Amino acid sequence: MISEAIKSQFEQFVGKDNVEDNQASLLAYSYDATPGFQAMPHCIVSPRNAHEVAAVVKLCNEHKIPIVPRGSGTNLSAGTTPLQGGVVLLFKHMDGIIEIDEENLTMTVQPGVITSHIIAAAEEKGLFYPPDPGSMHISTIGGNISENAGGLRGLKYGVTRDYVMGLEIVLPNGEIIHTGGKLAKDVAGYDLTRLFVGAEGTLGVVTAATLKLIPKPETKKTMLALFDDLETSAEAVSAIIANRIIPATLEFLDQQTVRVVEDFAQIGLPKDVGAVLLIEQDGPPEVVERDLAKIEEICRLTNAVDVQVAKTEAEADALTSARRTALSALSRVKPTTILEDATVPRSKIAEMVREIEVIAKKYQLTICTFGHAGDGNLHPTCLTDARNEEEMALVEKAFEEIFHKAIELGGTITGEHGVGAMKLPYLHLKIGEAGVEVLQGIKKAIDPNHIMNPGKIFSESERNRVVI
Amino acid sequence: MMSTEEKARIQVSFKEKMDYNELMNCTRCGFCLPSCPTYIESGKKEINSPRGRIALMKGVVDGLIEPDEDVKRSIDLCLGCRACEPVCPSGVKFGHLLEQARDAIYQTNNQSLPEKAMRSIFFNNLFPYHNRMIGAVGLLGFYQRSGLQKITRSVGIMNLFPETMRTMEKVLPEVPKKKEMKQRQRHFAPLRERKKNVAFFSGCLMDTVFMSTNDSTTKLLQYAGCEIVVPKTQGCCGALHGHSGEQNRAREMAKRNIEAFEAAEVDYIITNAGGCGAFLVDYGHLLKDDPEWSERAQAFSNKIKDITSILVELEFDKLPLRLDDQIVTYQDSCHLKNGQKTFIEPRKLLQSIEGVTFVEMHDAGRCCGSAGIYNIVESEMSMQILDYKMEQTKKTDAKTIVTTNPGCLLQMKLGIEREGLADQMDAVHIVDLLVEAYENAEKSER
Ligand SMILES: Cc1cc2nc3c(=O)[nH]c(=O)nc-3n(C[C@H](O)[C@H](O)[C@H](O)COP(=O)(O)OP(=O)(O)OC[C@H]3O[C@@H](n4cnc5c(N)ncnc54)[C@H](O)[C@@H]3O)c2cc1C
Ligand code: SF4
Ligand code: SF4
Repeated sequence: MISEAIKSQFEQFVGKDNVEDNQASLLAYSYDATPGFQAMPHCIVSPRNAHEVAAVVKLCNEHKIPIVPRGSGTNLSAGTTPLQGGVVLLFKHMDGIIEIDEENLTMTVQPGVITSHIIAAAEEKGLFYPPDPGSMHISTIGGNISENAGGLRGLKYGVTRDYVMGLEIVLPNGEIIHTGGKLAKDVAGYDLTRLFVGAEGTLGVVTAATLKLIPKPETKKTMLALFDDLETSAEAVSAIIANRIIPATLEFLDQQTVRVVEDFAQIGLPKDVGAVLLIEQDGPPEVVERDLAKIEEICRLTNAVDVQVAKTEAEADALTSARRTALSALSRVKPTTILEDATVPRSKIAEMVREIEVIAKKYQLTICTFGHAGDGNLHPTCLTDARNEEEMALVEKAFEEIFHKAIELGGTITGEHGVGAMKLPYLHLKIGEAGVEVLQGIKKAIDPNHIMNPGKIFSESERNRVVI
Repeated sequence: MMSTEEKARIQVSFKEKMDYNELMNCTRCGFCLPSCPTYIESGKKEINSPRGRIALMKGVVDGLIEPDEDVKRSIDLCLGCRACEPVCPSGVKFGHLLEQARDAIYQTNNQSLPEKAMRSIFFNNLFPYHNRMIGAVGLLGFYQRSGLQKITRSVGIMNLFPETMRTMEKVLPEVPKKKEMKQRQRHFAPLRERKKNVAFFSGCLMDTVFMSTNDSTTKLLQYAGCEIVVPKTQGCCGALHGHSGEQNRAREMAKRNIEAFEAAEVDYIITNAGGCGAFLVDYGHLLKDDPEWSERAQAFSNKIKDITSILVELEFDKLPLRLDDQIVTYQDSCHLKNGQKTFIEPRKLLQSIEGVTFVEMHDAGRCCGSAGIYNIVESEMSMQILDYKMEQTKKTDAKTIVTTNPGCLLQMKLGIEREGLADQMDAVHIVDLLVEAYENAEKSER
């Protein structure tokens, strides 16, 4: 698919060391964190700056070679699986923080910077970059922007989109454009910044981003509230919000999740309760104290078995980082974990959780649920084995029902992981056929040759999918 | 280049030897990437990351790719440091996967000649035989004492060897005399109220090249209240074999050791080399499919304890310990930390010494690049990793770098030598430092 002539042009653009096509390297970029998806690319190219990206993209456009931009490959929607082969574009050389502007409170970064490095660099200056996906120690900002990643602090602070002020983009035709900027206000034309956030690499390549920073909250406190069952905890979540308190974090884990997380992290989580809420509030000390006291009262009123406040920062960190490992820790139980991120309005959480339990029973599956309960973003996670075809068919059915239910409750099929190839068959449930057509129209206008991450979000041609 | 038949052979061998369930346990979440030294030092090449290596192994088993040179390169370049294990939320036992993969490659593959010769000399003809070890080390001693060392250095014969080996030759400790190595004491009485009965695993390299460190270890155990036996029929732990694709050989050695220690009825079997300890702890796994041995192996493994761990258990850190004022830093032994989960104890001991200012170095848990004979066969990557390590060490301003494994000790000495810091910095094994601190305090009390 990629001729020697094209390969040697790539080598001229980016240097010989930055073009690889031996089969071992190709295999190493044939997957992401999504179970069941794998497909081989034809070539791996690692450009060193936006101009090299542009040269590579332009050449691919001329020859209609698919391009899959890839950060750290931690996405959960098969977003970086090269379903139609082609070039995998890496940003390992483009991983620098370009500038921290303390006057405008912005940070400008290259796409390959690791999320937690951005958070740390901001904190060093007494500033704050809130989006903190569970994968923040590995994920790149390019991946975060392209998936519009959320995080544990999403309830109070919003998601990646809310912090992207401007982008540098290489378009499929090789042109470089700049959207937005260090501007609080800007209405010059369509909001292209927002269009590229969450575009999953299907419209162009992000080569730089200007991010919004905010002042760092003075203090934070973390607590755990324990409940006998899932529903009461979900009711407590609704009650907290209804009482006009917006905690920074409001995460929820069901019993099985708590058990496996505790087995991994060993930080003394109680294994015998039905559900746990992990609650964090930040801000000025008085406000934090007041909110925590109020939350405690609400939890007790909604029949919490116990409420515990972390005494030290280390204790608090242990709790939140344990939550971050929930997904992978679940995979200890069974070889395959299939995780979804159906999201509903906050007020419907209890109902949704109940429905998931019913559906799991119906298909006799083990589905553990945890997630960002505060923003209605649930992670029903099915523990199964990809080698058991019968069960896999049931899993697919169960999730389809879960999606339908979420939509019925006014929710969506994916809150933060993106559509990718995995949820492509369900997109129409949320946005309708007419909505899909609008997306296809936009795609056609920007990427007429369908070179950018083809086969993701919506389909345009046949698949080349290897299911293992 | 590998021939087609050879690749086919290795592929079959992968299918037989790899634990497919363990491969499936990897969710490809990537949590292990930031902890992998070879991923970082190779400029974030997925193929040199734990996730990538697992994918390659699985790819070979699944028949998606052939086990070609690039696959072998990726497996060879792995340090086996197992830093990817404690951070893996899915609990993937990477160390086991690596051993299986190496076994599959090296039982079938024709290695390059020098590498093969090196492995064969060290692994098959030397380490397993205590007598030959004594002979070889004796030769080294003769070389050092006879003046031959001076002559070869001045004549420059050593310049014919790769740089790493040349420097290594300089940092090797002065080895004991042959006679001393042969007449080892086998039983020690406690020097205070008896608290535990222990056996000491003396190791092959430790009981020859590092004999004085072994002497310090038994001394410490005596001071801490242990009655000690040192079974005579024990031998090399087999770690180097197990890690480099010689599983069967490693199993034979394991059996010999299990037998040697079964007779001694003790509370613990004490080790002072992180690398050996982690392998001994794994005998249960190594022999799990052998009905005659699996239980005995597990019983043996359950008794293994690192010297630092028993010292803390017996409250050695509460005894008076004193050294001249100095800054001390600690370099984790990968296998002690990741294999035996022992990393608090050494720090606790060091912090309890009067006069010592303990400064934690950044990334102390990252491998130093020693990794068995890795620093010789993969010296380029090893030196790159060592350079990073020395950068971190220098930032602590430490006079003393403490280690808990002979390989790390030599590597850190090598680092010091390479940086030209020999006059202001030294690397020591923790037991040697502790004996000094204990005896110092005792002297000044009298
Ligand atoms: C254990 C675990 C926990 C997770 N927790 C969360 C969570 O809490 N919240 C959340 O939202 N997600 C979470 N995720 C999903 C995932 O980490 C995020 O989607 C993350 O943003 C992906 O970043 P990445 O660098 O790995 O990107 P990749 O997976 O490499 O890529 C993701 C998408 O971005 C595109 N892309 C990457 N870089 C560029 C670029 N420079 N230009 C254009 N397109 C690009 C790719 O083509 C792909 O479509 C989790 C994943 C795991 C494994
Ligand atoms: S951390 Fe564990 S599960 Fe995740 S990619 Fe690494 S080995 Fe696989
Ligand atoms: S053992 Fe060490 S070098 Fe090998 S993959 Fe794991 S972390 Fe990397």
